[in-house]
Amino acid sequence: MRITYRDKQYETKPNITARDAIKKLGLDPESVLVVVNGKLTTDDVVLREGDEVKLVAVVSGG
Amino acid sequence: MRHHKLALCAEHYGEWFVAQTERAIEKYRMFSRDERVLVAVSGGKDSLALWDALLRLGYHADGLYIALGINDPIPYSDASLEKTRKFVDSGEWRVAKDDAPLAPRPTLYIVDIPAAYGKTIPEIARAKMRGQGRPCAACGLTKRYVMNRLALEKGYTVLATGHNLDDEIAVLFQNTLRWQTGYLARQAPVLPASREGLVKKVKPFCRFYERETATYALARSIDYIYDECPHAGGNLTNFYKTLLNQLETESPGSKLSFYLEFLRARGEGAFEQFNRVEELHACELCGQPTSAPERCAFCRMWNVSRIVE
Ligand code: SF4
Ligand SMILES: [Zn+2]
Repeated sequence: MRITYRDKQYETKPNITARDAIKKLGLDPESVLVVVNGKLTTDDVVLREGDEVKLVAVVSGG
Repeated sequence: MRHHKLALCAEHYGEWFVAQTERAIEKYRMFSRDERVLVAVSGGKDSLALWDALLRLGYHADGLYIALGINDPIPYSDASLEKTRKFVDSGEWRVAKDDAPLAPRPTLYIVDIPAAYGKTIPEIARAKMRGQGRPCAACGLTKRYVMNRLALEKGYTVLATGHNLDDEIAVLFQNTLRWQTGYLARQAPVLPASREGLVKKVKPFCRFYERETATYALARSIDYIYDECPHAGGNLTNFYKTLLNQLETESPGSKLSFYLEFLRARGEGAFEQFNRVEELHACELCGQPTSAPERCAFCRMWNVSRIVE
């Protein structure tokens, strides 16, 4: 299952929560928003094979 | 738990967010509906979300974009101006809250620093600091000056910035670590126009988590600049934000209580004795208030560069 974060792609195994996937990538769940198949969602959602997952960093701008 | 607000659909999240914005404006007596508000917009999520929310609430809110000329190694300034223009042209902000009148098209003021003063921010910083360090000091000084001056010249009584809770507590944390009591005394959701020549400054998003303003921007499909300024990487503010996010993850609610408890202590006068009133007078060149004896820091910085040239 593929996760996109800051224009980079990551592979993780499916059937884990978005929160666990975020932690596996070494990110803080507080610092990203989860978009699954184009829809903003909470990080307790379970990610399935074939889901298009995008993590949006909340820190931006200057 | 606040984050469960995310479970709301985009439309209801937007309504909740806009209502919370209004509550903050009223609670801290930021401004009234008769006042003209100038929003400092950067093309980022917070400032565009703020402009959007104020227009939806029916406030008279115009925007000020300051072109800094930061286009290396990525075209950050050009891209963020483009996003800002797109926001105005898109008319997204027209979708007003039920009880507020539809907003007329807002005005966007653009102050182009390289065109007006002959150098980009990185160039003036290099000239001024001999290539040492980040351009952020020069940038911050320039932005503060231009915002205040334009607001006064165009007759705005209020300057609103998109600072969110994470921005505020990163600064609070830094000032606490160093016990910068003077700064602590002056950190607040509202900085009144304490004297002639200074406009009132307000932060209507100061109680929103950064993820909440980002969520609003996404929910409203606001096309904002996602890249950070190339000079922001590795700065202390971001480091403190990371630390405070770790704390929040371990102990949810910590960030908000850190800020609100600070405001409570401040409101009870904990820092009052450090709030010294500086003697200000008009800069002999531009007339803006300054504590310096002759010319203000802005005029000095931009003039020095002309001599160096
Ligand atoms: S990171 Fe520094 S240079 Fe970039 S916009 Fe912010 S203050 Fe200016
Ligand atoms: Zn001056």
